[in-house]
Amino acid sequence: MRPDLEIIQQWIEPGSKVLDLGCGDGGLLHYLKTSKNVHGIGLEIDTENISKCIENGTNVIEQDIDQGLSNFQSGSFDTVLLAQTLQALSKPDILIDEMLRIGKKGIITFPNFGNWKSRFYLSSKGRMPVSKFMPHSWYDTPNIHFCTVKDFDALCREKNIKVLTRTVVDLEHQGSWYMRAWPNLLGEIAIYHITKESTD
Amino acid sequence: MSDSIPTDSVGLVQPQVHHFDDPLTLRSGKVLPAYDLVVETYGKLNAEKSNAILICHALSGDHHAAGIHAEEDAKPGWWDACIGPGKAMDTNLFYIVSLNNLGGCAGSTGPASINPETGKYYGPDFPVITVRDWVNSQARLMDRLQISKWAAVVGGSLGGMQVLRWAISYPKRLGHAICIAAAPKLSAQNIAFNEVARHSITSDTNFHQGRYLEHDTYPQHGLTLARMVGHITYLSDSAMRAKFGQAVSEFEQDVSENFGRDLRTGKLSFGFDVDFQVESYLHYQGERFSKNFDANTYLLMTKALDYFDPSVDYEGDLAKAFSKSECKFLLMSFSTDWRFPPERSRELVNDLLRAGREVSYLEIEADQGHDAFLLPIPRYVNALSVYLNRVHGELNKDAS
Repeated sequence: MRPDLEIIQQWIEPGSKVLDLGCGDGGLLHYLKTSKNVHGIGLEIDTENISKCIENGTNVIEQDIDQGLSNFQSGSFDTVLLAQTLQALSKPDILIDEMLRIGKKGIITFPNFGNWKSRFYLSSKGRMPVSKFMPHSWYDTPNIHFCTVKDFDALCREKNIKVLTRTVVDLEHQGSWYMRAWPNLLGEIAIYHITKESTD
Repeated sequence: MSDSIPTDSVGLVQPQVHHFDDPLTLRSGKVLPAYDLVVETYGKLNAEKSNAILICHALSGDHHAAGIHAEEDAKPGWWDACIGPGKAMDTNLFYIVSLNNLGGCAGSTGPASINPETGKYYGPDFPVITVRDWVNSQARLMDRLQISKWAAVVGGSLGGMQVLRWAISYPKRLGHAICIAAAPKLSAQNIAFNEVARHSITSDTNFHQGRYLEHDTYPQHGLTLARMVGHITYLSDSAMRAKFGQAVSEFEQDVSENFGRDLRTGKLSFGFDVDFQVESYLHYQGERFSKNFDANTYLLMTKALDYFDPSVDYEGDLAKAFSKSECKFLLMSFSTDWRFPPERSRELVNDLLRAGREVSYLEIEADQGHDAFLLPIPRYVNALSVYLNRVHGELNKDAS
């Protein structure tokens, strides 16, 4: 399993209901079903991935999350998950609202654009960062809404979203004390466990 | 097996007739005292009787879903693209049961059968049958075959509606519901097309209020018209452009640009006869159909479609209808299907989600319109195959 998913799965209660937005090949949901008896549904638009989901018995619905999630009822899932997709959405802030409408908790992972490598690339070369991790040129990238750990923290404050856990890892998905100390500078992938603060 | 029969065909098949004496009370309140169901089966039922799949046919289908009845048959069964050894519904793995529904005209009791009470054809006296009645009769067939639970019930279009009804009426008796190119209920537009079809039949002078067989005739003209209208709704605009846009006419040199307007003879007649290929195709399809299908059955089948709406028993909330379903669902739709377009399948998916059911849904890109469900569209057939292989794997796991 991908190491970021390894971290995520620890936050998911046995027997709970999980909606995985952009579930890929269904690997995480399949693991959660077999190891934690989790009732999962994944949304995906890549036909190869959908076929793999069907092959491993993961419930998968062909649905573009960028077209909205209005077909899902409020509070119908325990956890709604969005792994490595936030930056490719046309309206990421609205999707986060939707995640926390549908689920009691949300889990979001995204590439941290505030990482020192991006900063160094931009400041030294004066061009948009292109790397193994972010391989696209500015004009053909699916990643249209990059943000940093600090940006995401600010959005959570603005939306009264409570961050239950925030962790950052590098590309090998290893955490360390210095990443915890300077997450926005050293973290390459940010992983957030969030919920909507009670308004009463 | 003959050399001419492909190795992935179920080969020569023999339909069987099952007679039922238990009166069947229909949704209308009428009772069918006794009836026959004609059935074909493909593959072998395993010792646990757990590997059976029920196939539900659509409007003009019947029990002959795969293989051939005789070596000289020009065409195999209607779903031969998907049923056979190694095919999506693999007869090496599954025991596949396909029947002609009640009210049909391919061997099961229907309007063209003799009413034992009168000794005459049932004709218009045959009771209106609903999807629910079909499913009840299919459950009796299931008991007769000593199958307690279908591994899967599979159908497209009106067949898909029977699949949904199975999940509602007999929640414990199927493991998987595979519903293709269907809808939760017909739209006004769907019903309108059906009414045009029915009206063309009933207004034919040879219809004789449905007693045409007693007059040794049948409403050929009306049935032809009905099928022509129906056929248009099964095809997409793009499918018709492709089908009738192959030849280069004297007017349109560019094949892809002629909008499917191939001419029959290469020039316009400046009269009211058939000018375009699409016209002669529709005439041919309609006439061929009218010779092989019973007009009263056509009326019944379209009514069954119009009446289908399982939400009526649940305050109009289809999610409630699925509240007791225990099976897993696989739904598929086709991008150019305008009879039951993808939005209609998404409505079903959303109702199933609200009911908390396990559901997968695929929206298949296909040019062929509603007819796509009968055709070997690679992504569609592959999904069916992968899904059912998984179902078969689960059967083995349960048994071990």
